[in-house]
Amino acid sequence: MAVLDWVDFRVKFRESFLPSIVHPIPKSTASWFYVFGSATLVCLILQLVTGICLALVYVPSAGEAWQSLEYLNYQQPLGWFLRAMHYWGSNFMVALMTIHLVQVFLFGAFKYPRELTWLVGCVLFILTLGMAFTGQVMRFDQDAYWGLGIGASMAARFPLIGQQVVQLMLGGPIIAGETLSRFFALHVFVIPGTLLAMVGLHLLLVIKVGINEWPMPGRLVTRERYVKEYHELVERDGEPFVPQGVTRDVVFAGIVMLAIVACAAFFGPKGPSGIPDPTLIETNPRPDFYFLPLFSAFALLPPYMETALILTAPVVLILAAFLLPFYSNTGEKSWKRRPGAWVLVVMVFLFLGVLGWLGTYSPWSPDMTAWSGAPVPEQLVQTSTPLELQGALVVQAKQCRNCHSIGGEGGLRGPALDDVATRLTRDQLIRQVLQGGGNMPAYGKNLSPAEVTAMVAFLGRLHPAGELPARDSSAPAQPARAADAGHARPGAG
Amino acid sequence: MSDESQASSRRKFLMRMGIAINVVAASLIAVPVIGYVAAALRKRSYQAWVSLGPMSSFPAGETRLATYRNPFTVPWDGRTADVACWVRNMGASRMQVFAVNCAHLGCPVRWFPESRLFMCPCHGGVYYEDGSRASGPPPRGLFEYEYEVRGDELWVRGGQMPTLANPV
Repeated sequence: MAVLDWVDFRVKFRESFLPSIVHPIPKSTASWFYVFGSATLVCLILQLVTGICLALVYVPSAGEAWQSLEYLNYQQPLGWFLRAMHYWGSNFMVALMTIHLVQVFLFGAFKYPRELTWLVGCVLFILTLGMAFTGQVMRFDQDAYWGLGIGASMAARFPLIGQQVVQLMLGGPIIAGETLSRFFALHVFVIPGTLLAMVGLHLLLVIKVGINEWPMPGRLVTRERYVKEYHELVERDGEPFVPQGVTRDVVFAGIVMLAIVACAAFFGPKGPSGIPDPTLIETNPRPDFYFLPLFSAFALLPPYMETALILTAPVVLILAAFLLPFYSNTGEKSWKRRPGAWVLVVMVFLFLGVLGWLGTYSPWSPDMTAWSGAPVPEQLVQTSTPLELQGALVVQAKQCRNCHSIGGEGGLRGPALDDVATRLTRDQLIRQVLQGGGNMPAYGKNLSPAEVTAMVAFLGRLHPAGELPARDSSAPAQPARAADAGHARPGAG
Repeated sequence: MSDESQASSRRKFLMRMGIAINVVAASLIAVPVIGYVAAALRKRSYQAWVSLGPMSSFPAGETRLATYRNPFTVPWDGRTADVACWVRNMGASRMQVFAVNCAHLGCPVRWFPESRLFMCPCHGGVYYEDGSRASGPPPRGLFEYEYEVRGDELWVRGGQMPTLANPV
């Protein structure tokens, strides 16, 4: 004790910090809803520790980064575990931060007088996503390489200064040595430094302005009375921040760390995938899960609005987030009386969820190996004529299956071909194949007339048994059509 | 003038001088720092002629993958400075050399000789054999290199990642 007193006489810890530590907070905040902010902070500290450990071995050189990741995985004792901890820690951090954001939003905590706390929180959110993207680049594999290419291609859409932005981002004319060094500096110095300073400010604000009390429906925030009412509440019905206020935070922090350890030990680290060699083009770049909605949006946006959205959407979203506490500064805090807040949260999560889910199997991407890897189902060709068999071969060999599935196998870009004959007549099939359209390339120059004839003969029999093929309604029904129907998928007769 | 006001005006002067010295020092530091960070911008264009190898590796009527070492490179670039491109020989020394990067967001397109199409694995862009856009989100056709046949070798003008802002 004497030693502590000796130190404290000089540091004046009790004098300067003790009041903040034991300052009273509303009793109502001792709730499991209030644990996500501190849990995010715990993740950040964990990321700092595991990140420093990784930096002891990782080599931030475009020529050697990938090898050093493999070394970490397979040769450095426990290197795989540290990589896994850092990866899972980042996932948990993004997830917990998002839950914290939603809780703060639904509890009206951004309202007077906590506008600045919210603003700093938004900056922390952006910085954390910046850490996630630059961290994905540190895992310098094919996904990272082509992910950088996507980033550069987006940056290039800035009008007038596009090329300058690209070169500034890449540190040169192509994605190479200086690019990785640049992102390394961002990931370990620039962003974490800013992040820590902002976390300090965020916490200072939480202590100085006070933790948001549990919002009661009907207890409206007014600029004249709120601060006074809050102080009365804290005096009447408060308890010290430490230890009572943080009990649940301590428990939850422990659970979060255990969960990260468990995920790391059980699932292991992510990647690296293939070596980042740009001449190996047999690659299928995919982003980490938090960028999947963005990945999907780029595939689904109509081309004419893509550039405009890439340039304006981030600005609009960030401005909207920053202006929220000033637009909705006072009044009702409780989520029970703010249905609009619920609608917004549900809409945003539906939007991100659907886009993210689409991103996991990317139906817009051709299945590059379906043409050679997914055979035509046998029952479709069992009773085929030689011409139809030839057509089935053409469908395979001309990569049709990369975008069109048959029997549940193949790409999802275009419609499945299993029942194409019920939708298109032979003439329509010929037109569609030759001229394309509806996002299908025109095959007119790429197929011989014989190939088209054979292919359409095969496609013309693809209709479920018992369902007639499409026919030209302007022409009188011909007996020949009935014979056609007899060709229906075998196995039914 | 009293001693006190003299001391105060001296202190004011000293403070102003201090601020002035700091401004000068800060700009002397900031200008080189910005110049250093933005060094990549100082060069107007990164373009140089590089060889893709002998013409015999690009048979007429075919489209083949070629690679070259980026002419602007540092020793620690490793394999990232190896750049790939698609070379189409239309016969009679008429060539087309395409960047592998999709015009949409830069992913590497693959050539399918059977259907004579390029397909992109990321967002589903498709191009015809002459590089023009066939379908999908790309706003234009594939980026095309300037080329020259010198003796028996195919040369292209390359050096930077092709994007919409700077097509090769």
